[in-house]
Amino acid sequence: MTQLTDLTLAHARLGLRNKHFSAVELTQAYLDAMAKAKPLNAYITETPELALAQAKAADARLAKSEAGALEGLPIAIKDLFCTAGVRTTAGSKILGSFVPPYESTVSAKLKAAGAVMLGKANLDEFAMGSANITSHFGPVENPWKSKRDPQARLVPGGSSGGSAAAVAAKIALAATGTDTGGSIRQPASFCGIVGIKPTYGRCSRYGIVAFASSLDQAGPMARTVEDAALMLVAMAGHDPLDSTSAPQPVPDFAAAINRGVQGLKVGVPKEYRPDGLDPAIARLWDQGLEWLVAAGAKVVPVSLPHTSYALATYYIVAPAEASSNLARYDGVRFGLRVGGETLDDLYRKTRAEGFGTEVRRRILIGTYVLSAGYYDAYYAKAQKVRALIAKDFRQAFDQVDCLLTPTAPSAAFAIGANSDDPITMYLNDVFTVPTSLAGLPGLSLPAGLSADGLPLGLQLIGRPFDEETLFAAAQVIENAAGLFPVAGGRP
Amino acid sequence: MSDSAYRVEGQTGTWEVVIGLEVHAQVISKAKLFSGAAADFGALPNSQVSFVDAAFPGMLPVINETCVEQAVRTGLGLKAAINPISVFARKNYFYADLPAGYQISQYDKPIVGEGTVLLDLADGKTRAVGIERLHLEQDAGKSLHDQHPSKSYIDLNRAGVALMEIVSKPDLRSPEEAGAYLRKLRSILRYLGTCDGNMEEGSMRCDINVSVRHPGEPLRTRCEVKNVNSVRFVMQAIEAEATRQVELYESGGTVVQETRLYDPAKGETRSMRSKEHAHDYRYFPDPDLLPLVLAPDFVARIKASLPELPDEKKERFMRDYGLSPYDAGVLVTDRAAADYYEAVAKGRDPKTAANYVMGDLFGALNRTGRTIENPPVAAQALGQLIDRIGDGTLSGRLAKEVFELMVETGKDADALIAEKGLKQVTDTGAIETAIDQVMAANADKVAEYRSGKDKLFGFFVGQVMKATQGKANPALVNDLLKRKLAG
Repeated sequence: MTQLTDLTLAHARLGLRNKHFSAVELTQAYLDAMAKAKPLNAYITETPELALAQAKAADARLAKSEAGALEGLPIAIKDLFCTAGVRTTAGSKILGSFVPPYESTVSAKLKAAGAVMLGKANLDEFAMGSANITSHFGPVENPWKSKRDPQARLVPGGSSGGSAAAVAAKIALAATGTDTGGSIRQPASFCGIVGIKPTYGRCSRYGIVAFASSLDQAGPMARTVEDAALMLVAMAGHDPLDSTSAPQPVPDFAAAINRGVQGLKVGVPKEYRPDGLDPAIARLWDQGLEWLVAAGAKVVPVSLPHTSYALATYYIVAPAEASSNLARYDGVRFGLRVGGETLDDLYRKTRAEGFGTEVRRRILIGTYVLSAGYYDAYYAKAQKVRALIAKDFRQAFDQVDCLLTPTAPSAAFAIGANSDDPITMYLNDVFTVPTSLAGLPGLSLPAGLSADGLPLGLQLIGRPFDEETLFAAAQVIENAAGLFPVAGGRP
Repeated sequence: MSDSAYRVEGQTGTWEVVIGLEVHAQVISKAKLFSGAAADFGALPNSQVSFVDAAFPGMLPVINETCVEQAVRTGLGLKAAINPISVFARKNYFYADLPAGYQISQYDKPIVGEGTVLLDLADGKTRAVGIERLHLEQDAGKSLHDQHPSKSYIDLNRAGVALMEIVSKPDLRSPEEAGAYLRKLRSILRYLGTCDGNMEEGSMRCDINVSVRHPGEPLRTRCEVKNVNSVRFVMQAIEAEATRQVELYESGGTVVQETRLYDPAKGETRSMRSKEHAHDYRYFPDPDLLPLVLAPDFVARIKASLPELPDEKKERFMRDYGLSPYDAGVLVTDRAAADYYEAVAKGRDPKTAANYVMGDLFGALNRTGRTIENPPVAAQALGQLIDRIGDGTLSGRLAKEVFELMVETGKDADALIAEKGLKQVTDTGAIETAIDQVMAANADKVAEYRSGKDKLFGFFVGQVMKATQGKANPALVNDLLKRKLAG
């Protein structure tokens, strides 16, 4: 039965509808695969009983032809989405035993569409990280192996590292991720899968543990462009419980994938080709453009002049919001409490023990940039630069329909590498952060392999609420590049 | 300022007191500012708390349109500028009754800008006090420190309830003016139905900024006295704080900017925290909320629905009913009292109506502990009583007696007049008989009167009224008595 896990979401969906197998069989195949793939540490909490119960209910609905859009399809939910009755940790000790009594809107929508939840996927603590090494529940291992150093355990990227590794290792058909500065796209690139951060406001943030509210956005991670489109249709939509959720209709993204790119103008921002860019990545980028041109698109050079300020801007805005968003983890009402003599002592001990180093670092940075006397120099200035970055994109989109760039400056690296200097780690997000600051949709898909045989992703960036163009262009690249199943078939 | 300006006399000279007030007024609304939980007062602890109020992970605020409407309504009532775009900001600080670790408030872009409140002064004059701004914010929860020897209890029922912070300019110059400002503000809020103004229940709380200076000097350092919860305490706290500052300056010290608390038992203020220990609130725009944009027709609709406010009503009472500024001011303070008065005055002598409402009725309310909404004598009943004066059935004196009976029994004037035979005697024959009897019984006094002791006239009136159990028409008694005594 294990070959069931080789099916894409779209094919598994067909298989269920055509009664080639049952949701219980499909789910069991995934649960078996998960048991074998434990060393990857892709899940923080597995929910096999719940999954089988959901699969059984899905089979009943399939039998009665009452199937939802994702009926019986087993997926992973990033452990940042609150799930009613199922522990939700945000990868942090401070929420280590927190069981929410409510469900996030996105996971509720997936549930309502009939999806089966296999478990809660590992992530960087509070989604802060680019390698999934800051999780209190241990690092996630990328199922890919470097040809040069096959013994090395590689990172899956982050923060949605558990989701990416699970999809790549075929221990989830698809997964939810969240992206604040690249947390869907960069791990998708590292693990050879498709991930899309939709336009800010496309998916509700209700019930997602907040990192940086003005940037956080949920999105799907899947094996193919079509799978990602099918997932996003189920996840997206206006939610009155999230004031920043956009009252926009949700198009049928899956219908957009075969639109083609005839006449599409694809922008190439010159600032994304710095001197030190890995030649393999530069080559892949050119290759991607050639595929699009071959399908009828036109390449237009554009400029995004404020790109070089994006990372600094992001590392002011995101920590500032995080420092405030994480103030609620105080040991008073839920989560970890370490007793103290006084209230301040309780706060100090609870937060010192509950938060990891990276989270503490960002809380400190964020508190500093909002402090009296520093606000104007940091936060207020960053907001102005953020507006300029958004303007860069608006002007570019006067000339083009979408942009193509690399997703990340490198392929997956070894667990432990890039860890001594946080700035080196932050550089992973250099190509993804500007899109986040501008609130634009960004899709990453695998387009080739590095010299070490590791997947490399390309990023498509679109106009607000024009994810359809990204799906169409991505499908063209996917058709040309093919899929990138994990080499060596681990597990 | 006039000669009667409030001054603190010190050893070294005269000091002027400069006061600004920040009033926190709880918005009348069913639900909280950013959650659907109920905002009722007096519910069981932690029975009105949503996951948003308790700041559970992933919970998000959603603005309550009613609260926005109430803030706009209040702004319009304060003749203030309504800002079409305002921004919610987070005020960050840690406290056990502040679940999110920040309060959602408004900082540099409040919903309401500058406005004016007219003070009604004791001499009938008015004085304008500037409003600096009004902004919407969440209340915090309540910490109970006296329930357990080593633990604090937290009640989050209030957490998230909508407050309007109404900030005055430093235009007030005396405890009396501060008191008048609070009473006027409360009156306006109650007219608008945006805050019940109940300071005892905490639905209106006041922070006081006080500084002193020699008249004509620029402003000196101010202190903030936090969380004072009655008009009387506000007035006392200002006096205590001003006196403290004057004594400090005169003994060679300086006032340091700090937050203080007023202790009503001791009648003094004491330091709560100094400026160095002041919180750095790290205000920044709340990224969970979009800027609040008010459509022009939203504001116009609210404006069109505003009731007549105390100042306009006072003008109208003076104009239409010929009332003095003082009487008009007293009658309009409370909307229900003004409505009551108008019901009584309609088609009747407005001054008699004012005298009965302000004198007899307000007295009866005080005595019986009842409110104008639930008066012991209904407006129509009082009107009927006044009608009986007008048609000569009752004398003024009898009418007062009937009013008291109405308060006691709840019956109307006509019923009581019939029942108790209180009808005024206008039968000249009966009165003449009484006069004749009184004169016969007091022949000596009649002689004295006739020999020029005019002052005795009052004695005869009294005797006649007594003989008729007060029911004789006083005008008739006067008339007939004068004629008969004249011989």
